[in-house]
Amino acid sequence: MGLLVVAILLGILGFIVYNGIGVISWEFLTAAPTEGMTSGGIFPAIVGTLCLVVGSMTFAFPFGVMSAIYMNEYAGNGQVVKFIRVMTNNLSGIPSIVFGLFGMALFVNTLNFGDSILAGSLTLGLLILPLIIRTTEEALKAIPDSYRTGSLALGASKLQTIRRVVLPMAFPNIITGLILAIGRVSGETAPILFTVAAYFLPKLPSGIFDQVMALPYHLYVIVTSGTDIEASRPIAYGTALVLIAMVLVLNLLAATLRRYFGKKIKTN
Amino acid sequence: MITTHNIDFYYGDFHALKNISMEMDANTVTALIGPSGCGKSTFLRLFNRMNDLIDNTRLVGECLIDGQNIYSKSVQVDELRKKVGMVFQKPNPFPKSIFENVAYGLRVNDISNKSFITQRVEESLKAAALWDEVKDKLKKSAFELSGGQQQRLCIARALAISPSILLMDEPASALDPISTSKIEELIYSLKQQYTIVIVTHNMQQAARVSDRTGFFMLGELVEFNDTKKMFLSPEKEQTQNYITGRFG
Repeated sequence: MGLLVVAILLGILGFIVYNGIGVISWEFLTAAPTEGMTSGGIFPAIVGTLCLVVGSMTFAFPFGVMSAIYMNEYAGNGQVVKFIRVMTNNLSGIPSIVFGLFGMALFVNTLNFGDSILAGSLTLGLLILPLIIRTTEEALKAIPDSYRTGSLALGASKLQTIRRVVLPMAFPNIITGLILAIGRVSGETAPILFTVAAYFLPKLPSGIFDQVMALPYHLYVIVTSGTDIEASRPIAYGTALVLIAMVLVLNLLAATLRRYFGKKIKTN
Repeated sequence: MITTHNIDFYYGDFHALKNISMEMDANTVTALIGPSGCGKSTFLRLFNRMNDLIDNTRLVGECLIDGQNIYSKSVQVDELRKKVGMVFQKPNPFPKSIFENVAYGLRVNDISNKSFITQRVEESLKAAALWDEVKDKLKKSAFELSGGQQQRLCIARALAISPSILLMDEPASALDPISTSKIEELIYSLKQQYTIVIVTHNMQQAARVSDRTGFFMLGELVEFNDTKKMFLSPEKEQTQNYITGRFG
């Protein structure tokens, strides 16, 4: 069964690489689309996706980690926390397109951010918040209480105990949650449809109120509603390959960070 | 000096300590013995208010350290814990270097004077009889030490903030005989400077290290006496039965 999963994964990867590698070139990675998106590159979409990853994490990571710290370290085990936990889990069950709609209603229209990086990042941030909260909570739960009591017995306050003992120990696992979140965010299409993504915008954003192209949406566009769908097929595979490669690189980076911090804790 | 007057303690409805009154003099070692679940650890944890961390508990009675009721509103718990150090059953060094483990208590007290910290770390490790074994690898992770060394590191960590009382909750129960004897020697030498209260399952250990021994059973203090007298000619039959191994 496990091998079957691996085979399927390799099959998909191989298919994408086989079809996409042909169009990958320096120009493809650094130029804007041309001729009705049937040739040229995907640079604006790469930058757009990076902006959205950074933007959504800036919002969701601190917020999620702090929520998890509150829930695991401070709130005890009362009804309120149980309620919050159930609601968090429910939140993660909501289809992403609903998040998109909500983001449009709240950020784009009500708060008047317009279609923008800010609106898209906040929407993606909301989508990813439950995942970050849950992985952080699990990371904190995995730290045995003996470390907390050991620190408290030395006269450390609760906050000091969390900052100096609990968080550093939980950090590698929290980073794992961040990796998962980044992977998820960079591939999401539905939440950015109505909140930030541009059909065709060959220039780079100059601020957080600009629209951007994004890799998953660009892929969607050139596969379903481009100017010449047949002609842009290779570009679609190229875009998919870049998206996968980007997620992979981000994951490797985060995994390296995780290992680095894991080592640092033990010897510092 | 530690004094308790008519202490009753409850976990929810469970009556864990029943009317305990005890006096422990400065610079003595008091051993608390008794079968599992008799309340001896609960009693020990009163003195640095670790029981506060458990929900739904209730305390009746007075617990005085140097004449002050440590459960009065004016007492700050973290200040109390700086005066009353604790060593736990299982060694629990932090995942930090040996040096940082001992320095931890100083750092959380906002002491940042480097030479003072260095000096205090060395003194504490020496007092815990660990200095010679670790002086060349202070920057190494505490997890690289053996269990017995880790426990002595935890003792050094507790000593670094200069407490006057040291609580030990079965400090040697997870250790091998050689490490155990090292801890016992250490307890003997620490008596000069600290008031020590030790909970132990091991009666020989209580006999070896303590000046006075309290025998707990089912939440009651059955007998509290000089250790010698306790083990040679206990006043109560229950004590006699327990220390001779007839039950427990």
